[in-house]
Amino acid sequence: MNSATSAPPLQPRTIDEVVAAVRTHGKLLPVGAGTKPALASPPAGFTAMSLRGLSGIVEYDPGEYTFTALAGTPLRDVGAALGAHGQHLPFDPPFAAAGATLGGTIGAGLSGPGRQRYGGVRDFILGVRFVTGAGELVRGGGKVVKNAAGFDLPKLLVGSLGRLGAIVEVTFKVFPRPRAMATLRAVFPDLAAALGALVRLGAAPFDIEALEFEPPGTLSIRLGGAQETFADRLGRLAAFVGGATEIVAGAADGEFWRAFELAQFAAGPGLLVKVPLTVKAIPELDPLLGAAGARRRYSAGGNLAWVAWPGSAASLDALLRSRALAGLVLAGETPNPLLGLTRGDNFRSRIKSALDPAGRFPGY
Amino acid sequence: MLTSLAKIFPPSRLLSSAAGLAPFESDGLTAFHARPLAVVIPETREEVIAAVKLCHEHRVPFMARGSGTSLSGGSVPIGGGIVIALNRLNRIRRLDPAQRLAVVEPGAINTAVSQAAAAHRLYYAPDPSSQTICTIGGNVAFNAGGAHCLKYGMTSNHVIGLTVVLPDGEVAELGGESLESVGPDLAGVFVGNEGLFGVAVEITLRLLPMPETYRTVLAAYDRLEAAGDAVGRIVAAGFLPGAMEIMDRLAIEAAEAAVHPGYPKDASAILIVELEGERAGVEAEFARLNEVIRDSGAYEVRVARDNDERLLFWKGRKSAFSAVGRLSPDYIVQDGVVPRGKLGEALREIERMGRERGIRVANVFHAGDGNLHPLILYNGREPGALESAEKLAGDILRLCLRLGGSITGEHGVGLEKRAFMAEMFSPTDLAVMRRLRRALDPLELSNPGKMFPDGEAPALAAHGMHPLERAGVISRE
Repeated sequence: MNSATSAPPLQPRTIDEVVAAVRTHGKLLPVGAGTKPALASPPAGFTAMSLRGLSGIVEYDPGEYTFTALAGTPLRDVGAALGAHGQHLPFDPPFAAAGATLGGTIGAGLSGPGRQRYGGVRDFILGVRFVTGAGELVRGGGKVVKNAAGFDLPKLLVGSLGRLGAIVEVTFKVFPRPRAMATLRAVFPDLAAALGALVRLGAAPFDIEALEFEPPGTLSIRLGGAQETFADRLGRLAAFVGGATEIVAGAADGEFWRAFELAQFAAGPGLLVKVPLTVKAIPELDPLLGAAGARRRYSAGGNLAWVAWPGSAASLDALLRSRALAGLVLAGETPNPLLGLTRGDNFRSRIKSALDPAGRFPGY
Repeated sequence: MLTSLAKIFPPSRLLSSAAGLAPFESDGLTAFHARPLAVVIPETREEVIAAVKLCHEHRVPFMARGSGTSLSGGSVPIGGGIVIALNRLNRIRRLDPAQRLAVVEPGAINTAVSQAAAAHRLYYAPDPSSQTICTIGGNVAFNAGGAHCLKYGMTSNHVIGLTVVLPDGEVAELGGESLESVGPDLAGVFVGNEGLFGVAVEITLRLLPMPETYRTVLAAYDRLEAAGDAVGRIVAAGFLPGAMEIMDRLAIEAAEAAVHPGYPKDASAILIVELEGERAGVEAEFARLNEVIRDSGAYEVRVARDNDERLLFWKGRKSAFSAVGRLSPDYIVQDGVVPRGKLGEALREIERMGRERGIRVANVFHAGDGNLHPLILYNGREPGALESAEKLAGDILRLCLRLGGSITGEHGVGLEKRAFMAEMFSPTDLAVMRRLRRALDPLELSNPGKMFPDGEAPALAAHGMHPLERAGVISRE
């Protein structure tokens, strides 16, 4: 973790206190539970403002498939409340067991394996209240599942890293949780064979909840639904993918995915980095990561890599630039959590100037 | 200005005569119109950039336009401004089945994307009912919806990358080809900007695999509220249907007269529910769904036996808007959203308000996501009729807000609902949104007058259906 500034962290307990803190304190970095330490460490001159004091579900009507909660609410609490009604956030927000908050998940822009079927945090956020750098409390989006009024500020704040505003309250869409889940693990002789199967699966009409790839050749394919359909569906799936397959069902399915969580993968020294990519980038990138001694896995049907990088941020930055990729450091020493080649910087700087004209929050 | 434009565009692609401009004066919301100075028809991205730069240099407002099917007046031109008609920038530049994406130009027609993807068993999910004519660029500007939004989301959930021309001619690349990104979701905030952030000249869309199977059930109820309650039961039982649609008696009668779908006689409401996905899973769920629907008080339940019958169920639904148009020379379609649990209350209130004013209202709506589409019937030739209809429309929007919903589910604010933005959002919310707009367009040249409550109003006059609507090509849904 970066060395923290000397000022004590701010701990507002109410939305009004957040507004007051931004207006009077200046130079703040809003943070959640700190489960992504590289994003929770304020740059020099900035003080962390923890929003964990803003916790609790404000509204939840299971019949609406929506809930509204304060930004510091732990994902764990949300999961428990939704689970009591057979619902969930399907995108498996990472670091839930470690205490991650809703606001931190939005700010970091993180989704887990479950984003495969219905999309990630950007696809489930409906509404937001946040405090701009000018100390204004602003609402964007709404509390209903369909809404086209005004600019889509909720989406803008996904991945904003606390640099556009302090998120204080959020509304999400939720879905019914599949009544049961089961997983097919398929092992292929090499990366090319595994990626070939992954691409074929992506375009096939299987309802897949999660599709994860661990090099050199293992796919984990999760199905959800009625238990009685699994024998048929897993059989068809195994025949379709080929390779040596193994079924993980019943209690073992839940255990497998708990052990698969990003927090487990991340344990250890070095950087933990999210790298968005496409499946076509993997054959050339993977050997480079392997040669550098990085552990890696590819999530969401090959749409992103999680990389445990043993070297410096600068060395990974250079590698990502050479592949025209961007990265986000979640843990480990780095001068800037954003690495590589980000796109739309000219658009982003105009947005930043509108929402945080005086630079109360760090720049990108 | 015209002289400068003529240096970029040949006469065949620069319209400035009254006859040439007439088709561009209005859009799907026929109540508004304005005459632009000129229409330019670019064939390349470079020509779009040149036109935008010229407008910026001359301080002339402009609006990019697709097929002009906006139902909120979002594509009504700016009087004396320039229309950049993007219909010839309609190529599907790349279709990548391995990455399941399509890279398209803004003038590409919505259904053309799915047609191109069909060979790979893929499709583009958002399905606004004007999809055979509306463009992806317009869908992006207004975050178009459709009948499948509860499960699959709106346009913004399917746009992953954009190349945009900002209102001063600067080009920005937002998002990319991955479904994931780092940093603020810039493509996400661009979608639904109503043309105020500039012009998208290339759009990367995600495609979905076609479902293996569909199962569709149609249920008839003797009370509209009972149909609404059935939706509540379906949700409470943990279903996630691809679509759940309700039509009321007036809409059913109109559809029957127009396309003869053979809906159950004397129904006060019909509910269509469709499940889709992998066969084994859908069959298991469908059996459970039918139990829930049987217990919901429906007096007749029909299960589509094959795809033909399924399409027949949908035919009446999809034609309902143009069919209702036959009952009345004019109508206004509203697009408010209420929490699903408040559907019954909203419908009762709308019925009461219509009755009190002697105005007929037909209802066809996306029940799964609470998106109402009341059709307010009026005769524009009767003095004061349009004003009364608009007053009722406004009261319905206020009702949606009072019940915790939104003034628009999928049509956007445009010209039509901008006065209601101030009732949905606080002055601070609007001031910050305006600041965002000005950060991207300091001179407010790109589609000014839309979304924000204080924009200048164009003429309010026209009468009758849109010509394409009369021809049954588009409908106001």
